[in-house]
Amino acid sequence: MRNPAGILTRRALTATVAAGVGLATLASSALVSPARAADDPLKVGFIYVGPVGDFGWSYQHDQGRQAIEAEFGDAVETTYVESVPEGADAERVLNQLAAGGHDLIFATSFGFMNSTIKTARKFPDVMFEHATGYKRADNVATYAARFYEGRYVIGIIAGMMTETNTIGYIASVPIPEVVRGINAFTQGLRSVNPEANVKVIWVNSWYDPGKEREAAETLFAQGADVLTQHTDSPAPVQVAEEKGIYAFGQASDMSQFGPNAHLTAIVDDWHGYYIDRTRAVMDGTWESTDTWGGLDSGMVAISDYNPILPPEVVDAAEDARKAIEAGELHPLAGPLMDQVGQVVVAEGEVPDDAALLSMDWFVQGVLGQVPK
Amino acid sequence: MDGLDAIAALLVATIRAATPLALAAIGELVTEKSGVLNLGVEGMMLVGAVAAFATAVATGNLPLAILAAMVASMLVAFLFGVMTLSLMSNQVATGLALTIFGIGLSAFVGKDFIGIPITSLKPLDIPGLSDLPLIGPVLFGQDPLVYASVALTVAVGWFLHRTRAGLVIRAVGENHTAAHAIGYPVIAIRYLCVLFGGAMSGLAGAYLSLAYTPMWVENMTAGRGWIALALVVFATWKPGRALLGAYLFGGVTIVQLHAQGLGVEISSHILSMLPYLATILVLVLISRDETKIRLNAPACLGKIFRPDF
Repeated sequence: MRNPAGILTRRALTATVAAGVGLATLASSALVSPARAADDPLKVGFIYVGPVGDFGWSYQHDQGRQAIEAEFGDAVETTYVESVPEGADAERVLNQLAAGGHDLIFATSFGFMNSTIKTARKFPDVMFEHATGYKRADNVATYAARFYEGRYVIGIIAGMMTETNTIGYIASVPIPEVVRGINAFTQGLRSVNPEANVKVIWVNSWYDPGKEREAAETLFAQGADVLTQHTDSPAPVQVAEEKGIYAFGQASDMSQFGPNAHLTAIVDDWHGYYIDRTRAVMDGTWESTDTWGGLDSGMVAISDYNPILPPEVVDAAEDARKAIEAGELHPLAGPLMDQVGQVVVAEGEVPDDAALLSMDWFVQGVLGQVPK
Repeated sequence: MDGLDAIAALLVATIRAATPLALAAIGELVTEKSGVLNLGVEGMMLVGAVAAFATAVATGNLPLAILAAMVASMLVAFLFGVMTLSLMSNQVATGLALTIFGIGLSAFVGKDFIGIPITSLKPLDIPGLSDLPLIGPVLFGQDPLVYASVALTVAVGWFLHRTRAGLVIRAVGENHTAAHAIGYPVIAIRYLCVLFGGAMSGLAGAYLSLAYTPMWVENMTAGRGWIALALVVFATWKPGRALLGAYLFGGVTIVQLHAQGLGVEISSHILSMLPYLATILVLVLISRDETKIRLNAPACLGKIFRPDF
């Protein structure tokens, strides 16, 4: 989900340009967190694409790692390596972890996919878990979360809170994951407010506080009174607070950056999955699986609602959340129309996972294009 | 929103986006003029950003926070000076190491400051003037560091080209052996220039964590230090051009965001590429005339000076 092959983010580019930085980053970022062991603890390794302090994607994975430590105590020993560039460096780090006696390794970014598969072939006794990818092996499982379910719920809140009927959406890079999120958000929005539109601005980066801020300011200048984002920094929430408009947190609860603006957040919650999978290795029941969990699995959670939300808005959001959890409502169920009004998914139909995983077009109500 | 307000918003955003680039570039420009290539700008900016933020959280005193940023970045720059000027290590390798060190150090120090809100550096609000259409927000509604960046650019331009001390710095950068032979303390002068570069990077970092995006998150410079380095070459080592270059870079970023919001059908990838394309274009243009670039590029840039006593 992070950087798909072929899309070079600015961060990746910087790492490449600064010749030699890659290797040294590895050295500087090999922060090993010590968790002292009794006899023969299970060693669990993590590699993150960003810094653990990004307050977004990598931060939430690290919360999951800490949950494993809290759950198993001395029975596990965890290690993490942060800010690992996708590519050759990732493979070296994975090799290092596998050779260093780790029994279970979580590779937490889309771009680690090929490195994970290659390393797994060399270490058949080590179990690998790769986030958001689609390549599996006997010792490689994949997992991801249906964040679009959460986006439908916040879309409903946005639709009821907007006065200008313009919602600003700060998007990162044009991959199906992001496009699907925008569509689910728009479907939620239009289910309560058919007049409202979503204005999308791409910043072509997962994480650039400055650029995210400017995108937020631009959207505000162009009439948006609710902002939402698929980038990792809390900068847009800060802008919303400053301008007196609303925003939603991304990946983690960002309310301290905008106590009045922050309506709620879609939280990535890996605790349960990480604990389950670690336990499976301990019990010897681990096998290669493909998990795509939604609101019902707890992998996607809606954080606390801001008290300023009127009760009817909270009720509408909660109803949708419960309906999605119960499987009664699919955020991207038909009828789905594209931007020119052509029906793509007919009424009564629900796109299958394959269609969701390759979504590259916008539904009606989205202003802006998917960059080609 | 009427047209004038939209243009004002565009200009204000451009200046805001350009300011950290300009501050860091002006500092690096002076360092390079003395013949030292410090590739550690990104690292020094991060150290400045975290120092400013930590001080702001601890004391709530923003001028003190800015000062702390400058001092902290100067300390890191001093380390660079000791390595390259006294111990004569390779400047390129040391500079890269400095960036990596700065990223790590700032992340380590900043761990406890993630997610803490602060009162940010507020823009000026001069009754009457700041409310004027267009020129109000652009000229009278910026925060103090924006004015500082313009003032420092003018000051550095004047200092380098109109004062004796500036001439000495340039002489040291052009030919350190000759400067040494006529009795100038080459190493001491270079130390001062490296420290100045550090202080300016610190200011740029402080601008990011106090004004631009008032928070601390790891690696928040997101590559701006590298752009500042490119700007120095782009500007052919001239302060005024560095400032204009920063506005150009900032402007293209902002214009592409506005264009997207207005539904202009240009690939955002191409628009994101524009600043870098512009750098390459200018590099090609200025290097067509060899003497032109040779006149401005410090001849001893990156070379190690070993005085023989």
